Amino acid sequence: MTDSSNSDTETAELETFRAETRAWLEANCPPEMRKPATSDDDVFWGGRNAKFSSEPQRIWFERMRDKGWTVPDWPKEYGGGGLSAAEHKVLRAEMGKIGARPPLSSFGIWMLGPALLKYGNDAQKKEHLPKIAAGEIRWCQGYSEPNAGSDLASLQTRAESDGDDFVITGSKIWTSYANYADWIFCLVRTDPAAKKHDGISFILFDMTSKGVTTKPILLISGYSPFCETFFDGVRVPKSHVVGTINRGWDVAKYLLQHERAMISGMGERGVGRPLGQIAADSVGTGAQGKLDDSMLRGKIATFDVDEAALAACAERAVDLAKAGQAHPAFSSAMKYYGTELNKRRHEILMAAGGIDALEWESERSRQGARPRAWLRTKANSIEGGTSEVMLGIVAKRILDLPGA
Amino acid sequence: MTKTNRFRIGNTHMALVLTEEQSMLRDSARGLISDKAPVSHLRSLRDNKDPTGFSRELWHSFAEMGFAGLLVPEEFGGSGLGYVEAGVVMEEIGRTLMPSPFLATSVVAASALNRGGSAAQKSEYLPKISNGSLLATLAIDEGAKHRPLQVNLQAVRAGNGFRLSGAKALVLDGHVADLLIVAARTSGAAGERDGLTLFLVNPKAKGVAIERTIMVDSHNAARIELANVEVNADHVLGEVDQGAALLDGVLDIGRGAVASEMVGLSEEVFNRTVEYLKSRKQFGKLIGEFQALQHRAAELYVDIEITRAATMKALQALDADVAKATSAVAVAKARAGTTATRAVQEGVQMHGGMGMTDQFDIGFFMKRARVCEELFGDANYHTEQLARVRGY
Repeated sequence: MTDSSNSDTETAELETFRAETRAWLEANCPPEMRKPATSDDDVFWGGRNAKFSSEPQRIWFERMRDKGWTVPDWPKEYGGGGLSAAEHKVLRAEMGKIGARPPLSSFGIWMLGPALLKYGNDAQKKEHLPKIAAGEIRWCQGYSEPNAGSDLASLQTRAESDGDDFVITGSKIWTSYANYADWIFCLVRTDPAAKKHDGISFILFDMTSKGVTTKPILLISGYSPFCETFFDGVRVPKSHVVGTINRGWDVAKYLLQHERAMISGMGERGVGRPLGQIAADSVGTGAQGKLDDSMLRGKIATFDVDEAALAACAERAVDLAKAGQAHPAFSSAMKYYGTELNKRRHEILMAAGGIDALEWESERSRQGARPRAWLRTKANSIEGGTSEVMLGIVAKRILDLPGA
Repeated sequence: MTKTNRFRIGNTHMALVLTEEQSMLRDSARGLISDKAPVSHLRSLRDNKDPTGFSRELWHSFAEMGFAGLLVPEEFGGSGLGYVEAGVVMEEIGRTLMPSPFLATSVVAASALNRGGSAAQKSEYLPKISNGSLLATLAIDEGAKHRPLQVNLQAVRAGNGFRLSGAKALVLDGHVADLLIVAARTSGAAGERDGLTLFLVNPKAKGVAIERTIMVDSHNAARIELANVEVNADHVLGEVDQGAALLDGVLDIGRGAVASEMVGLSEEVFNRTVEYLKSRKQFGKLIGEFQALQHRAAELYVDIEITRAATMKALQALDADVAKATSAVAVAKARAGTTATRAVQEGVQMHGGMGMTDQFDIGFFMKRARVCEELFGDANYHTEQLARVRGY
């Protein structure tokens, strides 16, 4: 901003990038991939056993992968697109304009990748990042345990030193899609004598290793996106530890910031038609096209106000980070609000759908898609740190309140 | 700092953070306002029943610093800045609750004149706004609630001009204004978009009766009655019968500015409340140690951050194109209303009995928030507005 001619050049370059990106997306994004995802089949997760649910899904993924745009802001040497923050924002905006789906969804992209970029050594980055970018390896997250939920740092899965290896024994819970994952990034206790935050390591291993078993957990939605995962003497080379042994909590916290940022985006993601229109289909409209349920109309409008405001705040969070003015705990604030908002969205969808939204098993209801999605959102404010934990973090780290 | 465009932003990829220039503007506004007009300034104006209700001396400082003509183009002696910059100043005003003609004169009236005025009108009034010698204000509301299309003050053609009759309420600075911009009905019925016209009215003209209204927030407003007030045809602002579009834009600009004031107010009352949580002891503990209060404080923090972002978004939208900013402004003003209301209520509650005393400043924030909420449409009005725009 100090030199206006400089910023004019930047602006012009960005405009060129925008035009090129728009043209490329127009030419390369299949029309089928410009509709909102409506089922799990519409999401491509990659991995050794990955299957495409349709030809357009395959084409879209491969074209984006070849451009490095499964991970647009990662360095090119690791399979990324090497885009600047401003270019990435332009790409997101242009994809949003045509409703383009993400070509690849993965915990490797959202969570492990950023942690590896910051804490991984060269060998680890070269080994794992390109496979994440290319969708070759699907990752899962081994964090929570039956007795370590909100109090994550009290985790007990132990990793005992044996020569060049650790031998891992214990169990994890709420491991998302562990039954489909190829590798796991896992928190283990490497020093049981240390204080709880100081004896934890962050370690990577193959889910086909001897001694790993998974068991899906049936949820109130009738689906099983989470598993119990058991480790019985799993042997893992010590070179698979990311960062310093016993300093895994630093990596874990950094990764959680990304996880929370990802989950906070749920409040503004994956919806096609505006709530007001969806509601109009079922409750009808009266004079001047107003919804025939004035209380519901008010709730939807209040939701829309908050959703638009949150979207502005998410945009600002990115801009603040770019300007070096972001508070590291701000993702907790966003996670809290984004998940509570997403729960509100689905409460409104249920109220708007009325009787039609109550069917659980029928072609007509797409196997109860709406009520199952509604129930699924109840986990949003629990997974990745509960709303109460998020508020505690804001109180302690941002507001500096005593004893929090 | 005056009469240059150094604060201007010419970048279409605007980040939702202040630029270096805007931060400097904020610092200089904050310096002046916190130094010369802390909350005690408002308290003393109130206690002394000051007939002006603000400090004219401070207003001259505002003019000298280029704030009075902040939105006025440089050719008319102004600073030629944008709505983001006006919001920056409004936010600082919100922090200390400083009563100032800035909103009515420099934001709303200046925008009305600049956007709707003829060349002659602009060159007559805008330089005087810039140098601080003219106070102007928009007279719009008639009923208990802000309903701009419900204008029923009649303007009947008479000779070479019009005769205006009717009443207006909540006319900001109406008791001292040198120029009234009056929304009147030249045709049609209350509620219709067509038939609205804006008039420039001399408050000293025959038939104008002004009653200063002492308000709950100790800020400045008046009720105005017009009885057959004669207005020359060249004192029409904009086009006859077609004032609604001009009014929409001017009101949205005012709403964006008030939302900014509310963000400043909310943040200040929040900061004071958090400080209190860190200093007040009960049951042998700082009350900020209690989780019930921590979580409420954290929720309020999030609310304020989100509202701040929505408000910046609205001001940027206004800078980009006033006519296309309605949704963004509705979101900002609605959010600002609910957030400020929550902030002042939590502020009083968490200050306990002290929050109820006149001696503590918190009550001033609660009173001002209530007025800001009504100004140019409350949260319900703007939430409904968004539903209307989105077609459901």
